[in-house]
Amino acid sequence: MGSETPDKIQFLSIAASIMVILFVLELIRRRRIKEEYSLLWLSTGFLFLFFSIWKDGLNYISKLIGIYYPPATLFLILLVGVFSILIHFSVVISKLTEKNKLLAQELGIYKMELDLIKKQMSQHTTEKEENLIKMNK
Amino acid sequence: MKVLIIVPAYNEEKNIVESIENLYNENPEWDIVVINDGSTDKTAQAANSTQKAFIVNLPCNLGIGGAVQTGFVFARNYGYDAAVQYDGDGQHIASEIHKLLELLENGDCDVAIGSRFAYKHDGWKSSFLRRIGIKVFEILNSALIMQRITDNTSGFRAYNRQAIEFVSRIYPTDYPEPEAVILLGKNSFKFKEVPVVMKKRQWGRSSIVGMKSVYYMLKVILAILITSIRKKIRK
Repeated sequence: MGSETPDKIQFLSIAASIMVILFVLELIRRRRIKEEYSLLWLSTGFLFLFFSIWKDGLNYISKLIGIYYPPATLFLILLVGVFSILIHFSVVISKLTEKNKLLAQELGIYKMELDLIKKQMSQHTTEKEENLIKMNK
Repeated sequence: MKVLIIVPAYNEEKNIVESIENLYNENPEWDIVVINDGSTDKTAQAANSTQKAFIVNLPCNLGIGGAVQTGFVFARNYGYDAAVQYDGDGQHIASEIHKLLELLENGDCDVAIGSRFAYKHDGWKSSFLRRIGIKVFEILNSALIMQRITDNTSGFRAYNRQAIEFVSRIYPTDYPEPEAVILLGKNSFKFKEVPVVMKKRQWGRSSIVGMKSVYYMLKVILAILITSIRKKIRK
């Protein structure tokens, strides 16, 4: 615990980080967030909580990197955390876009072939269409 | 040689029938696939009315890169020997396709590009500003892959089997042409250009105008530079 008596901002940051952690855990419990997407949130939350409680540590680190107002270090931690989470999201979105594209392409092609096969069953396919159906491995 | 003509189309109900008819009249042996990229007009019905093309309707709009790539996946899945990209807006001329296919057949290259700039002619060559942009791509790409490509923005291209296999898996999304050149060049595919004539589009306008052209240049140059520092995927 800190050497001085807890002040307002310390109390606030402890309360806020506990709330964030509990909120994220609750979302996981209700399967609203997948575990792999919650890790960055949780680690940011716990880091924030850790330095909110251990005031000496915060003071020490602040002095080390030249920040005169220790709570500002807390915001820095928060900022780095949120930054990493956002970049992580961009990566995930890009991956989703790519997979989405592949699905749409294959879906379009298979739907076409399905229509051809339906047509074939009612005996109306042209020679070209017959050949195409045979060509698919 | 089993040839597939890929015709990407987005809201081209006015051009698509003529494009298909021209292709069919040029050589009825070619298979034609229209990739209808989530059009909101009657492109699909118009294309279907000809009964001369396969039509793949994408469930949502993927953009030109995603649409053309659908054609490559099609060509790969059904085992075509060559795939020709042929824009459905009436700019490309069907009789010029033979020149592209000839290059592939002779084994001169993996990808044949129809170029508006490879020699002097009276056909349509794009506006002055666009030609400056195209020149920038020429200098950049030629330096980076050590193959001189004069018309990097041309969407009039033919791919052989190995190239189809490759681009069916990796292909840029928007404004894909210049980026595709460096992607393929970096992965040891050989290009050959052949002079072709193109027409000015009959209906509709280019999608790249005004501020968009600034964005276009920046996006494509960034993509080209990034692609050039990526690791090789093949060979």
